[in-house]
Amino acid sequence: MTGYLLKRLGLMLLTLVLLSLIIFFAGQVLPGDPGRAILGPFAANSAVQSLDHSLGVDRPLLVQYWTWVTGILHGDLGTSYQYRAPVSSFLFPALGRSLKLAAVAFVIVVPLSIVAGVVAALNRGRPTDRIISVTGLSLSTVPEFVSGVVLIVVLGIGLKVLPVTASAPAGSSIPIQIKYLILPAIPLVLILFGYIMRMARAGTIESLDSDYVRTATLKGLPRQVVIRRHVLRNSLLPTITVIATQTGYLIGGLVIVETLFNYPGIGRLIVTAAADKDFPMLEAGVLAIGIVYLVATFIADLLYTVLNPRIRLQRAE
Amino acid sequence: MADEERRDAVAAAPMSLDSAPALHDPAAIGLPPATAGETAGALDVSAGRIRREHLRQLVRSTAFIVGAVLFLWWVVCAIFGNVLSPYNPVNGNLVQFNLPPSAAHWFGTDSLGRDVYSRVLVGARDILIIAPLATLLGTALGTAIGLVQGYFRGAVDNVVGRLVDAVLALPVVIVAFLFVVALGPSTLTLIIVIGFVFALLIARTVRTAVLQERELDYIAAARLRNESGAHIMFVEILPNVFGPVLVEFTVRLGYAIFTVATLSFLGFGVRPPTPDWGADIASSSQYLAAGYWWETLFPALAIASLVIAVNLIADSIEAVLIR
Repeated sequence: MTGYLLKRLGLMLLTLVLLSLIIFFAGQVLPGDPGRAILGPFAANSAVQSLDHSLGVDRPLLVQYWTWVTGILHGDLGTSYQYRAPVSSFLFPALGRSLKLAAVAFVIVVPLSIVAGVVAALNRGRPTDRIISVTGLSLSTVPEFVSGVVLIVVLGIGLKVLPVTASAPAGSSIPIQIKYLILPAIPLVLILFGYIMRMARAGTIESLDSDYVRTATLKGLPRQVVIRRHVLRNSLLPTITVIATQTGYLIGGLVIVETLFNYPGIGRLIVTAAADKDFPMLEAGVLAIGIVYLVATFIADLLYTVLNPRIRLQRAE
Repeated sequence: MADEERRDAVAAAPMSLDSAPALHDPAAIGLPPATAGETAGALDVSAGRIRREHLRQLVRSTAFIVGAVLFLWWVVCAIFGNVLSPYNPVNGNLVQFNLPPSAAHWFGTDSLGRDVYSRVLVGARDILIIAPLATLLGTALGTAIGLVQGYFRGAVDNVVGRLVDAVLALPVVIVAFLFVVALGPSTLTLIIVIGFVFALLIARTVRTAVLQERELDYIAAARLRNESGAHIMFVEILPNVFGPVLVEFTVRLGYAIFTVATLSFLGFGVRPPTPDWGADIASSSQYLAAGYWWETLFPALAIASLVIAVNLIADSIEAVLIR
């Protein structure tokens, strides 16, 4: 098991290095001349050159990449072109706020979609199943800003039950802060609901059809016990992996939701950095998203290995 | 001779990639690869009869009809939008701004006095040019990459596989966003960037299908006939993985629309004042709090209906071809 995990860790680091190369390529090679991009098409060449020199972007690409990567490893994420201040002083608070929003979405969506998936599976083929499945599938295909707009119109403006901005007034207590985050979290919940629900449904159906469940039923165990002890334990395991892999989509969704609700998280940071052509900020933000995703999938693998006795024992041999 | 060497290399290739989770790819979850049995069954019935049977099943499915009608409606709008729209979608009447829906303006007017209904109709054009072309590029490129990966395996497969993993560590929207920003937004950039990102995703599905296909006897027979690798990939294997490729295309088309709309919403798509649903939502959503909901809601419903239409079509095609 240790060997397997070490191998997984090695692969993750390799992916991370490739990811950093891709981001560097997109952020520092493709845009061409950052000095020109910042100063605009009418600036004098000498001004562009001196800005390029002070930004260090006139050095060979390999040197630039190396400086960037070693800087990150030392905790230096670079200097924002726009604010002339360390990127980290903007990035980490933004990441924290995004995680808060993501946490609210997760707390709502995980129990909801698992229950829905299990209920759908237990009523397989009946109207309940059809309704849950079709609703989940349709909801997960509608972009977040579309559902967000509809929600703002209905819940925020029409019924006036929830505030339409995401940021609570400064110094609000935690329950108030959470109340402000519920409306922005719902579009994320709608997207994730479909996937997690489908996975929970598929897993439950698979174990319902298995021989051990038939055995349990035939030996006279009450249906409640069969479901709790035999079905759910097996069916929810793959769901864990899906939940972790969905973090990637969750963060993609954050970019949209944070823009719509004007919430100063990591997504908003990236969009603003892109609009300002602030490439160090953009690169650091995108890299941070990649790292969060890779760590989440690694943890999911770890959990899956630890929770699944079949893998746990097999690897131990 | 070359074939024998290749087969040895293949036998020695590590299988680790096969276990890579494809779960964070939403389309991969619901997409079983083509089964060997299905292609074997195709041998005794002519391809034309199967195609006709598939078509008949499609036409009988309500979901397909609803999706196709909705989709065609937007295609008509994309082509004839300027003729169908009752007002000029770009130049509004500055006196009649922020008017609620009425008989004269079905969807109301926006903050610049432009008729929202006209903008919604004409707004179909760019998204319906960019998304299908990007998906087409992605499917063609992705199928080629997947065939090469699945057929040769070994080092090529490993390198491409790692690259795909690295790109997929980021949400598709963010990868596309990063490259569109770097290259500067334009219709062509959007098509190329979305096409390339989708190519990587599609390659993954095609690769899985090819891996199953290449173990079958007809491939061994083709090798014995000394057919070239390219011939085997594109003439022998490709027709047999066409089902998954078609399903990938329709599913990806839905995501392409989603991605294009999102990029426009974020301000990196079609440039104003050209009518565009995503951009219109972004510019009018600031007036939501003031109660001018129609300016945002109708473009939002347009996107939702187009995405749902494509997904209904994709689901029906998948149901007919795969199950």
